[in-house]
Amino acid sequence: MDDAFEGEALARESVTIRRSPLFALAPLVVPGRVEVRAGRAISRFSFRGDSDAARACGDAFGPALAREVCTATRIDERTALALGPDEWLLLAPLDKGPVLATKIKAALGSSPHSLVDVSHRQVALSVTGRDAALLLRAFCLLDLDEAAFPVAMATRTIFAKCEVVLWRRGQHDFHIEVARSFAPYLMGLFGEAIKDLDDPQ
Amino acid sequence: MSNAYRSREGGRIDRRQRLTFTFDGKPYRGYAGDTLASALLANGVHLVGRSFKYHRPRGILAAGPEEPNALVDVSRGEARSTPNLRATQVELYEGLNARSQNRWPTLARDAGAINDTMSPMFAAGFYYKTFMGPRFLGGAKAWTRVFEPVIRRAAGLGKAPSGPDPDRYAVRHAHCDVLVVGAGPAGLAAATAAAATGARVILCDEQHEVGGSLLSERLAFIDRVPALDHVAAQREALARAPNVTILTRTTAFGAFAQNYFGLLQRLTDHLPAPAAGAARERLWQVRAKQVVLATGALERPLVFPDNDRPGIMLAGAGYTYLERYGVRPGQRAVIVGAHDTIYRAALAHHAAGIDIAAILDLRPQPEGPLVTQARQAGLRIDGASTITGTKGRLRVAKVMAGRIDDDGSVANVEQFACDHVLMSAGWTPAVHLFSQARGKLTFDAARQMFLPHTGEGATPGVHAIQCAGACHGVSALDSVIEDGYRAGDTASQRAGRGGRSSSRASAPPPSRSHVEHAPPAGGGMLGAAPHNRNAARVKAFVDFQNDVTAKDIKLATQEGFRSIEHVKRYTTTGMATDQGKTSNMHALAIAAAALGKPLPEVGLTTFRQPYTPISFGAMAGYARGNLFDPVRMTPIHPWAAKRGAVFEDVGNWKRARYFPQGAEDMHAAVARECRITRARVGMFDASTLGKIEVVGPDATRFMDLIYTNAWAKLGLERCRYGVMLNEAGFIMDDGVVARLAEDRFHVTTTTGGAPRVLAHMEDYLQTEFPDWKVWLTSTTEQWAVIALNGPHARAVLQAVAPGLDLSPQRLPHMGATSGAVAGIEARIFRVSFTGELGFEVNVPADYGQHVWEALWAACEAEDGVAYGTEAMHVMRAEKGYIIVGQETDGTVTPDDVGLGWAIGKAKADFVGKRSLTRPDIVKPDRKQLVGLMPADEAITLEEGAQVTESASPEVGSAALGHVTSSYWSEAMGRPIALGLVSAGRAREGTTVHVPMPDGSIAVTVTAPQFYDREGDRLHG
Repeated sequence: MDDAFEGEALARESVTIRRSPLFALAPLVVPGRVEVRAGRAISRFSFRGDSDAARACGDAFGPALAREVCTATRIDERTALALGPDEWLLLAPLDKGPVLATKIKAALGSSPHSLVDVSHRQVALSVTGRDAALLLRAFCLLDLDEAAFPVAMATRTIFAKCEVVLWRRGQHDFHIEVARSFAPYLMGLFGEAIKDLDDPQ
Repeated sequence: MSNAYRSREGGRIDRRQRLTFTFDGKPYRGYAGDTLASALLANGVHLVGRSFKYHRPRGILAAGPEEPNALVDVSRGEARSTPNLRATQVELYEGLNARSQNRWPTLARDAGAINDTMSPMFAAGFYYKTFMGPRFLGGAKAWTRVFEPVIRRAAGLGKAPSGPDPDRYAVRHAHCDVLVVGAGPAGLAAATAAAATGARVILCDEQHEVGGSLLSERLAFIDRVPALDHVAAQREALARAPNVTILTRTTAFGAFAQNYFGLLQRLTDHLPAPAAGAARERLWQVRAKQVVLATGALERPLVFPDNDRPGIMLAGAGYTYLERYGVRPGQRAVIVGAHDTIYRAALAHHAAGIDIAAILDLRPQPEGPLVTQARQAGLRIDGASTITGTKGRLRVAKVMAGRIDDDGSVANVEQFACDHVLMSAGWTPAVHLFSQARGKLTFDAARQMFLPHTGEGATPGVHAIQCAGACHGVSALDSVIEDGYRAGDTASQRAGRGGRSSSRASAPPPSRSHVEHAPPAGGGMLGAAPHNRNAARVKAFVDFQNDVTAKDIKLATQEGFRSIEHVKRYTTTGMATDQGKTSNMHALAIAAAALGKPLPEVGLTTFRQPYTPISFGAMAGYARGNLFDPVRMTPIHPWAAKRGAVFEDVGNWKRARYFPQGAEDMHAAVARECRITRARVGMFDASTLGKIEVVGPDATRFMDLIYTNAWAKLGLERCRYGVMLNEAGFIMDDGVVARLAEDRFHVTTTTGGAPRVLAHMEDYLQTEFPDWKVWLTSTTEQWAVIALNGPHARAVLQAVAPGLDLSPQRLPHMGATSGAVAGIEARIFRVSFTGELGFEVNVPADYGQHVWEALWAACEAEDGVAYGTEAMHVMRAEKGYIIVGQETDGTVTPDDVGLGWAIGKAKADFVGKRSLTRPDIVKPDRKQLVGLMPADEAITLEEGAQVTESASPEVGSAALGHVTSSYWSEAMGRPIALGLVSAGRAREGTTVHVPMPDGSIAVTVTAPQFYDREGDRLHG
């Protein structure tokens, strides 16, 4: 599993000066079935530009930026989510962010593009386990069958009343990006829905 | 009396599991597998309710969701009582506590029954005719004040619980290739066929087990096994298939666009003691590629005089109670109708040893296999016969049989004593979901039924819906099953899963079944049965739930109503929770006959969702309490909460409104916050401001288009106040914009306007100028924003940002810089919304609390204060700074609020520019922003109050304008107000009036700035 979601991440941050909006919230766990955890802090960039710019950006970033929308490309912990025809969300480990940004800027030079640091704009949740998709179906309007939403698919969508980016990292491993002020709401919804995986007997 | 009417064996009840329950406080016994209705009948209880309007005694009419009479309240304690449940759908559990409704003091002796005797007063349209006055009760208002509350008490259904619903409701979304609605013979066949192709199938049925009508088919054989074994085999095969989801106790309550279906699954209502916290129901939102509707048909009662006494029930229901629940509806029956269903019921009754007084068939020469069987059994069959009336106070005791002559006239021939009557006028296909999906219905005149129009000429979206079985107009069991297989196969083919003909399927799906001992049943009639009684006096009920009789519908046509939609509203037929399941077709036929028109010309009322009632809780789902709406909190929120801030809702945000100290009220706290900010320094959490980063070589060009201001000459590291118009030239939003680089702007918007502004910008970019090289990124939540205001603001900031040059030379008013604040890289703008020396410090949000706390320590050292939105409002009003949405209301131009200077007049274009020259926009008497000073300094004006020329304006005369903002100003030591007043700037120095209930308030018009008009303090 990606170490961005290791359990001690929050504990480690608590001694720093950073405060995630999910700081005080415990993970939601149904053993052997599904877990919802807050992700640790990572670097995020919104990259915008045409296909030439995207190619140059990918060369500098690591994983090539996919031309096909709703596709994630990934090398190690660097991931590019193609959210639109000219829009990518770049995710990278916290300590790599500034270096990568500098590399991308250098690679692009004066070719038109937009690179904006959005590391603090949103937070990550991971939903993992064999009932991960079942839990997500409480809110997710999309078909999460693997034929319709395969591994490495990523899209912007709506869960209840909040916008999220949903990325399927593995068959039973979903990564959710949500705007920071909506994160407690989303976690609250998961806290309710996780009680209703089964029909009462 | 315990289960005296239970047959010795048979039925799908578990006789080892005895249950006790109460009805109106009296204990009874039943079995697992019973419904409340079947258990009551087994105890000989037929009287279960009082009718809606006339309070007539009513019994159990049906055995399914179409039940209009037996509405009960089932209670599990105070807030857990559910009214209007159909006893025919309530599964029995140990300790179930049900009550009858709409009666007082008791069901058997109900005072409201006086309405029945007075019924000539209460004809259709009674409300409309009677409750228009009278004057002494308040004329037209008499309805809401007097009559409606009285009538609602007297007439009506059950009582809703008054406490908050303690239950939880789950939600689940699902996608499938084929959704099959209804698990009767057709639905089971469809699901079996679809499952065999590998399609993802959801099969739902409202009952607690699959099988539908087959659950009552004790005698039939399908593929050489008893029908119930066939059901069990199909059920087990489907349950094993990984691609099939079976949902029982699940009602498909609505069909929406593009095969989006709402299903309600009842999870705990059948349990004697649901686990605490378990979800009571689950709302399924299903998106199906293809849908198979196998919703069956609903039986119609026969419309004859006094057809509503307890003990009179549908023939199919009588059959079901006997065969499925082992319950005998009585000891001696009269059976009447115009459909062969009555013979099936008669034969089953006969076999169970129940006396059949007579079978009265309205058809002159009944024939067919079932009729033959009945004859062979020695049952008395009277053709061309009907019932002309019944007797019996709380239960039918006697019926009058009449003979129908060739000319349609009826003569009484005989009376029969009996304790129950079974009736059937035929079956109505359940086409509600097809209709909700916008499918057209075609009237089949030969069979007298509306059927789904699926083939050529069908509504386009309906091609993804198959109808099968009885709802498709198919009635013989073997044909129903074949239709089901066909529908399931076609649906999976169309869903791209292949079908019978496809080699991809592992085993070919079945296509037909061999059926024995289920003779076909035909016949049926629409409208009222003939009789020889005084048509103006007798009540032959059409709509049992709403107490609508045949004569009410005729009356509606006599009063001029021609469309069934109008007849429905005038008579209330087909309304309420029943939705006319048993009554609509009869009502339509009676109206058509009275109007002398063919039935389809009178029209068909729409089928509304939900066709069967569902709970509000299920619709709310998880959206309740704290999760009703997202509660957005800033990174600094925890600090403010700890300091005892009082919060206000701004959109979904919680913002600190003021920080009371000790026993301070809002007025005192705000006055202190303003005073200290102006004298020393104040800190304010401005994180909710919308932020957009506009980046790209065309950024300046784009900013020029969107804002009224000119941006080309804005230097690097400089800020400007920008105004944004909509196309009509009215102010849409405003905010300070900082230029960070040649091709990069940091735009701020109002808190509430952020999403709207981004959408507005994207709209122009994507639709009008897609080739421009500029991109927009929302950064609202990336930054925590801390505003420092007051003469000591620089000292506070400098204390935690020692490395920064904050001097007026380096960072003048409207300058921007960046650097470390409390060790965190920050964007710093020298801007002010208070008129004091001000800085806005933007730091990445996770660091917001840390930087705030560092600045707060420095602020405290300077004897500063934290202030909230209320003090912010006051201080900006003292300076005459507008708030979009307070000084503006979507009809205000920049010039109206004194922002004409923000318009780049030399610019070729910007959104709204052309509109600013419209004649109406340049009129001299437009409302303009002014200051309003009450002459009496003890009075604070009310926001929204009208401003008038005269102290006592004439009624109906126009106001000059209104008060937009009004506060106590600590800085001015008096109340101040802003307002929009017609030609306001020309009125400066004059007196206008604000009329209030307690008298008019004289106010002086001033310039809309009160404090530091020269603006010296800004530049400190």
